[in-house]
Amino acid sequence: MSGFPALTSGHRPVGVVSFAQHDNVRRDGEHNDVEMLLPVIAEVFGNVGITKDDVGFICSGSTDYLVGGPFSFVGALDAVGVWPPRAESHVEMDGAWALYEAWVLLQEGEIDSALVYSFGRSSPGNLSEILALQLDPYYMAPLWPDPCSLAALQAQALIDTGRASEADFAAVAARARRSALGNPKAQLAYDRSPEELLREDYEVAPLRRHALPPLTDGCAAIVLAAGDRAYELCERPAFITGIDHRVETHALGARDLTRSASTTLAGQKAGVGKAGVDVAELHAPFAHQELILVDALGLADDVEVSPSGGALAANPIMSAGLIRIGEASTRIWSGLADRAVAHATSGPCLQQNLVCVLEGV
Amino acid sequence: MSEPVTMMAAPMRLDYVFTPGVAQGKNMHGLERGVFIGQRCPKCKKVYTLSRGSCPTDGVPTDEIVELSNTGTVTTYCVVNVPFAGQSIELPYICAQILLDGANLSFMGLIQEIPAGEIRMGLRVEAVWVPPDELGPTMASVKYFRPNGEPDAAFETYKEYL
Repeated sequence: MSGFPALTSGHRPVGVVSFAQHDNVRRDGEHNDVEMLLPVIAEVFGNVGITKDDVGFICSGSTDYLVGGPFSFVGALDAVGVWPPRAESHVEMDGAWALYEAWVLLQEGEIDSALVYSFGRSSPGNLSEILALQLDPYYMAPLWPDPCSLAALQAQALIDTGRASEADFAAVAARARRSALGNPKAQLAYDRSPEELLREDYEVAPLRRHALPPLTDGCAAIVLAAGDRAYELCERPAFITGIDHRVETHALGARDLTRSASTTLAGQKAGVGKAGVDVAELHAPFAHQELILVDALGLADDVEVSPSGGALAANPIMSAGLIRIGEASTRIWSGLADRAVAHATSGPCLQQNLVCVLEGV
Repeated sequence: MSEPVTMMAAPMRLDYVFTPGVAQGKNMHGLERGVFIGQRCPKCKKVYTLSRGSCPTDGVPTDEIVELSNTGTVTTYCVVNVPFAGQSIELPYICAQILLDGANLSFMGLIQEIPAGEIRMGLRVEAVWVPPDELGPTMASVKYFRPNGEPDAAFETYKEYL
């Protein structure tokens, strides 16, 4: 027992004590969602020697639009086993927001631990069309704009401010894919220079292939534990000292796409700037978005950004945000970092953002 | 001045590739042969019909494959009298939960060859399959269930499955 860090959010220390993720693949055509989750749930419990019967709450993040079937989150509970009846909830969002809900419940003090998981595949449907349906139904969705085109508008706007160039995007992608070489779960990793990447053709100008995330099937899970329970399960828990999420208008034309006001606000509320940051795992599916996020969070030059390779290395939809929290936590557990920032995004062009500060004692 | 727009049509359609998974794949290959496949939980030993690969109670893989009987028991039912769009069966017809012999989970099936007024809990039924050359990896391989002539099952035998 080593005590607890000072909290910016909430009053009860809640730590990430276990994390597991599926192999990130372009297409898992063999397993259904339940079969993909089974080994991940078993691993996340097995890491800390507990079972489903030991957690007080279960919360998941997913969306039925990905598989085109109703209530897939109810079916996915078969991977956990919910008998006797369990306190359970679900968000139609990335698992990072499911973690937020579990964190809120843990603050109330009635339970000491929770399972959070998320799942989603990019492969069953046409992701470009599916994601168009999250846009406003009157002016945007009927145009079916795909996420790469919307991100390209954002990237061009960023270039137009003079704050970044295509070479900067290539530098982000080169660093992320090189970092990913050390991540066994990475789907896309390589050692190529920014100069080489800049010779690629445009996918959607000004974005070249390297600036885009891979399409990924995957899932992930985390166990949270509060107070003393965290130390029972983990030698050095990654305590959530600050967590907050903010959303911007769905009207893309009403936003300054080159800034992420919601990330800045969430970062302030989570206390990112209260002390130095060793590592930041940022959910930036497109290379230029990392630049916007680093700026929005006010991260110093010496902060190690997305050592896992981030969403450019693997972008399992609905899980890539939760995985950022898991990856940041692993660095606290190992002692590589004392203070980490994890970020998750949702919606087009960084519309909604969650920021989480993790600290070890 | 032109008329204000009061309505807009925005047609939407999404197409998907369905991944049945290992477990449902085995079920579907069973249906292709005219056989119901169940999967047994290694922990609670229950056999699930049309399993997705996991015991929903214990959360563990149901790896053991069990070939189930072609006969079962109606645990509960509904007589459908209301017409609806896309209806392909003559009204009234019977929808029932069927517990196959050897299974611990019922599923919904169509009951034919019995007047709607004679349907009852405990009725013993058998599956009627499409002709062999029409069998496929789909529940459409089962045309319907019909009474198999056995005496009704005692309530005690299926009361856990309502």
